[in-house]
Amino acid sequence: MTAVSFLEGGLDANRALPGDGLDWLKKRRDKGAEKFGALGLPTPKLESWKYTRLRPLDDNTYTPVLDGAGDASVKDLPSVGDVAGRLVFVNGKLREDLSDVSDLPEGVRFGPLDEILKDDPAWAEAHLGVVAQDADQAMLALNDAMMDSGFVLHVQKGVVLRKPVEVVMVGGMTDQPVAYFPRNLIVIEPNAQATLVKHHVGRGVGAYFANAATEIDVADGAIFKNYKVQAESMQATHVSTTHARVGRDATFESFNLSIGGLLSRSEAWITLAGEGAHCGFNGAYMMRGNEHCDNTSYIDMAVPNTTCKQVYKGVLDDAARAVFQGKIHVARDAQKADGRMLNKTLLLSNEAEIDTKPELEIYADDVQCAHGATTGQLDQTALFYLRSRGIPEALARNMLVQSFLGDALDEITDAHVREVFMDRVVHWLPAHCYLAGEWKESA
Amino acid sequence: MSATAETVEQVKSISGEKYKYGFVTDIAADKAPKGLSEDIVRFISAKKREPEWLLEWRLKAYRRWLEMPEPQWSKVQFPPIDYQQYHYYSAPKSDDDRPKSLDEVDPELLATYEKLGIPIKEQEVLAGVAVDYVFDSVSVATTFKKKLEEVGVIFCPISEALERCPDLVRKYLGTVVPVADNKHACLNSAVFTDGSFVYIPPGVKCPMELSTYFRINEMNTGQFERTLIVADKGSYVSYLEGCTAPMRDENQLHAAVVELVALDDAEIKYSTVQNWYPGDEDGKGGIYNFVTKRGACRGRNSKISWTQVETGSAITWKYPSCILQGDNSVGEFYSIAITNNAQQADTGTKMIHLGKNTTSRIISKGISAGKSDQTYRGLVKISPKAEGARNYTQCDSLLIGDKCGAHTVPYIESKNKNAIVEHEATTSTISEDQLFYLRQRGIPEEAAVALVVNGFCREVLQQLPMEFAVEAQKLVGISLEGSVG
Repeated sequence: MTAVSFLEGGLDANRALPGDGLDWLKKRRDKGAEKFGALGLPTPKLESWKYTRLRPLDDNTYTPVLDGAGDASVKDLPSVGDVAGRLVFVNGKLREDLSDVSDLPEGVRFGPLDEILKDDPAWAEAHLGVVAQDADQAMLALNDAMMDSGFVLHVQKGVVLRKPVEVVMVGGMTDQPVAYFPRNLIVIEPNAQATLVKHHVGRGVGAYFANAATEIDVADGAIFKNYKVQAESMQATHVSTTHARVGRDATFESFNLSIGGLLSRSEAWITLAGEGAHCGFNGAYMMRGNEHCDNTSYIDMAVPNTTCKQVYKGVLDDAARAVFQGKIHVARDAQKADGRMLNKTLLLSNEAEIDTKPELEIYADDVQCAHGATTGQLDQTALFYLRSRGIPEALARNMLVQSFLGDALDEITDAHVREVFMDRVVHWLPAHCYLAGEWKESA
Repeated sequence: MSATAETVEQVKSISGEKYKYGFVTDIAADKAPKGLSEDIVRFISAKKREPEWLLEWRLKAYRRWLEMPEPQWSKVQFPPIDYQQYHYYSAPKSDDDRPKSLDEVDPELLATYEKLGIPIKEQEVLAGVAVDYVFDSVSVATTFKKKLEEVGVIFCPISEALERCPDLVRKYLGTVVPVADNKHACLNSAVFTDGSFVYIPPGVKCPMELSTYFRINEMNTGQFERTLIVADKGSYVSYLEGCTAPMRDENQLHAAVVELVALDDAEIKYSTVQNWYPGDEDGKGGIYNFVTKRGACRGRNSKISWTQVETGSAITWKYPSCILQGDNSVGEFYSIAITNNAQQADTGTKMIHLGKNTTSRIISKGISAGKSDQTYRGLVKISPKAEGARNYTQCDSLLIGDKCGAHTVPYIESKNKNAIVEHEATTSTISEDQLFYLRQRGIPEEAAVALVVNGFCREVLQQLPMEFAVEAQKLVGISLEGSVG
């Protein structure tokens, strides 16, 4: 087996992994290990990794988490409030004391991966690795080999989950760098509806490496909303690979709010597989310090009459760097496709850098596809206008940044989640008088 | 190359004149044997009586070429090129080989000339008929030459320039497109046969549009053309390359290099109409057009503008670019690319912003029809020092038919907060409503499509010099023939 220098002990797991004893899973793990061995860590030589180098993995050796690492006490975990169920993982370990799934409605399964592997291995076998099948993704292969945690959300046919379910993944607080590999499986059966909010947070000091993989199957007529806040710590490396399949007349909505992390890469592969499928794939990123944030997506409009809309906006301060690579692919004969993509970035500092690559690859003629990208600084005229009306510069800047990102957040169709996310945006802004409300009251 | 092999090469190269052209004793031969080797490079250089430094330069290029990988990143697909099956030097055709009159020329070609409205005399020239060039163009060319000489403009084949003003050529050759830029440019550096050299002295506005067309006797510059245009301080030149008429050529592989240098306050406008043979309906026999074009805005307030209409070739691989070094310099790229049948085009531009307040504008219109495949590939790069840089990019694609493809691959890299970069792209088909409206007014479908497409390309067509623009408009229609209905 190839040496994997960034992982203590390489790919040989000397620990109990979920689903030990399941033959099909062992095969999958072995295949993943073999593939990762062949591919190695991605480097900028690969077109899809052109702008992102997994440097922290060169510099650190991470230890796959052991039982103890998940027991640290954590407080003040983020939440969107009233939820149908909540799972909390600390360094990849499920914390039952902090989780609550007692109130789930009939027809909804929401629990840790290992539990499902134990309780219903046949169902797991039928669903795991079905949507995520791409051949050449090293990070997915790595997850295949090492998957050690994660959750399953399964909503049965026609069941409508009114309240969102929530997952909190906490990393950090360890003496040595740790690594964990969550594998998430989401199956929304025909005509079912669900909303998921994922929080990734870093606590305390300590480098950690999270390599997550998520499979999402949105069946015909279903609606699934997937909201993610990534607020990892300044030493964290976060890589996530998502594969989603959207069925006939189904809707998949996703919003990825990236607030922190030394290096984060969110890669998504979405297939609009049924006519009438719609995908709203949006996000916002706010980076400072020397953070690096990469959003890469590939949306395959595989059949006729599908629509997708993508809005990504970001703000970069200090020496932060962001990468946006979006690709909309319209397959041969996928007529009447409507694909829109927009990426806008504000640079607040001269050391910040944005690399953006919005791509269209189109093989059908009766389509409407467009993309746009801009980079620039805050609108000086707008800034002057606000200041001329007596608004202090710092606040004026914050207002402009907030409204800039607001365009992206407006794509969130769940009003409550949108408010919570906006609040996160506001709190990211430089602290002095960040709340327009406070200023209004004092004036 | 291993050390031993190198030594052997060296010994060979100094072991006397005889070896140099060992394979062909007759230096007057007008064709080099097939294949590529150091000897061929030496042969070409000797044939053109080039100075030693240029031979060295060519050899350096050749050695680099051997090691360089083929560029694999573009979307075009073709079987691997067997570089040994080509002739790398052949003298211009003698009159005996040419058709004696238009009667001997492919009638299909003549029909196209007719549609483009090319006068009969010009048709003869284009078809390579061995006419006595007493007609207008020679006298026109002579008058032109005189006029250019009066203002001090140098416009001649690059081989002639090497004799007339070797220092100028040496100073600028290979400074914009380095020898080892990419495999195709590298090959060109090693074996280029000829091309144009233009030098505009300080403060001179070139009194006429320079066109390869008027370099009639140099028409057969072959497949490896090398062009170098230097606009000295405060000068202006507009250069036209190619022509709208379909060009037949038995050489399948074309790897040209064009270098532009604009010094302080200078402006170069470079327009291309490319209509090489695209091959049959399956693309068989069509030209591979691998061109490296790059302009350097070295001086303050300089400007380089590329305009291209690409309708020919089986494969087009071409990215006319601007390096905006001087403060306030301007780069422009206007492009129409039309692909039909089995043509493939991967084309676009690079705008590298280095100087302060540099601006660039990219307008690209791609039309794919038949089962062709087309890609716009562009890079806009803003360096940390490019304060106040500005870019606007618009690339639109039009798809005609459900077997073709249109792709957009823009790269935007910005490292300066005071820079503004805007990119917009759309892909769609011809609107049914527009077509219906035109047809309802009695315009046949094909003409209606041509009309709509011309409207779609308007912004770029406007950039072409007048006489080009009229023909280019017709060309747009002709290129799409057979793609509808």
